[in-house]
Amino acid sequence: MSRATLRVQAISGHAGSAPGTGTQRGERVAKLIDTTTCIGCKACEVACLEWNDLPFRETVFDNTYQTMPETAWNYWNLIQFREHTNEDGTLQWLMRKDQCMHCAEPGCLIACPADGAIVQYQNGIVDFQQEYCIGCQYCVAGCPFNIPKFNPATKKMFKCTLCTDRVSQGLEPACIKACPTGCLHFGSKEDMSAMAQARAAQLREHGGHKNAGVYDPEGVGGTSVIYVLHDATNPEAYGGLPKNPRVPLSVKLWKGPLKWLGNLAMIGGLIGVTMHYLRFGPKHVQAEPEERE
Amino acid sequence: MILRYTLVERAIHWLAALTYMYVLATGLAFYSPHLYWVAAILGGAPTSRFWHPWVALVFAATLAWMLRAWVADMRITAADHAWGGAMRHYVRNEDGNLPPIDRFNLGQKYFFWVMVFAGLVLVVTGAAMWFPDRTPRAMRGAAILLHVAAALVTVGAFIIHVYMGTAVVRGGFSSIIRGEVSPAWAKTHHRLWYHRVTGK
Repeated sequence: MSRATLRVQAISGHAGSAPGTGTQRGERVAKLIDTTTCIGCKACEVACLEWNDLPFRETVFDNTYQTMPETAWNYWNLIQFREHTNEDGTLQWLMRKDQCMHCAEPGCLIACPADGAIVQYQNGIVDFQQEYCIGCQYCVAGCPFNIPKFNPATKKMFKCTLCTDRVSQGLEPACIKACPTGCLHFGSKEDMSAMAQARAAQLREHGGHKNAGVYDPEGVGGTSVIYVLHDATNPEAYGGLPKNPRVPLSVKLWKGPLKWLGNLAMIGGLIGVTMHYLRFGPKHVQAEPEERE
Repeated sequence: MILRYTLVERAIHWLAALTYMYVLATGLAFYSPHLYWVAAILGGAPTSRFWHPWVALVFAATLAWMLRAWVADMRITAADHAWGGAMRHYVRNEDGNLPPIDRFNLGQKYFFWVMVFAGLVLVVTGAAMWFPDRTPRAMRGAAILLHVAAALVTVGAFIIHVYMGTAVVRGGFSSIIRGEVSPAWAKTHHRLWYHRVTGK
């Protein structure tokens, strides 16, 4: 969690690899969110606004305790409330702190065409650099969690930074600091994973939640935000947490095979017409027989 | 001299060419990090991103105009099929072996229809990319994929179009600038059209 782990590991839209990749011992950080002890107090929402100096904005009442339907360009941390009916007919309140998941394989970064607009640090944090953002919103298509949001006034994208500025100084993110129940933890990825697994086992063995488990989706290479869920078999119930999130296939095809095919076709086309000219040259207007005579 | 393109046709053609080349250049900058420098030349990537869709709308409008103006001339006829069957002679500059054709040859017609249909795909997918928050999530990536694929198809067609119009068919480039061709040029390349417009 030292400043050294804020070395850049991957850069969006960048010709070539990131300088310094893999030169350091990896020390990934992670945020652990235990949904089973969240009380939905929204202290984390307020702390996020306070620390990041975001303006308070209009809330949208939709007959739940949720502040607004989804995160916004200036509202990066949102408690998703769901009333869930269990199989036995009992009602359960599901509360999930929704924010950027900081994927190990970030779809936003893969989709981004702007050199340096999105970086991934060695500690796992995926961060937007607004000064390089061009406002194309390709990251919106790349993200399986619907996180990057567009500010129409500045034409820049915003999302949770995992408090890069605090982490770089050895502090925990603002949301973690504000949590009154201790359902939020911050530390190294290994420590948080072990803590999450221990808590899930406790819930299975002693809490009556036989499906309790850890959400650290492999489809995006794991995330630097992991959840403990009462029912890990049904993450969708927690405000649409995708069961098996992936970088969309269309984005991978676009950045992979289509690009090679396109490059080959364009270069092949230019070489082709050049060769044609060298071999056959220009067409000449044919003189009519009567004109020849 | 014979008038091949009216002043309005020429003006619209060059508006289409300019706007297409702008969206092509800015689009290529967003296509590959190795071409991102193109955006820097054109005033920076945020500026390129801002103007790309607006200039594209102008290009789409020129396409719509050309569709309305040339649709009759662009229908693929029996004469075109005969010409297409002998296309290898055209490629080898053996033009004496080609059957006569009207105002446009089959290659020009293919170019026209490729641009019209790819343009339609580019406008629809481009709108989805312009307003991703109003696009269903599953469609966002597909829109970009289709947009890039359609754009690449137009690039191939564009390379051949520019090459044929400037390097190969001498007289073609001046015809789209000043509008006129010589009777011999018309007879060589578009004999049926020559008969139709001159009455000879």
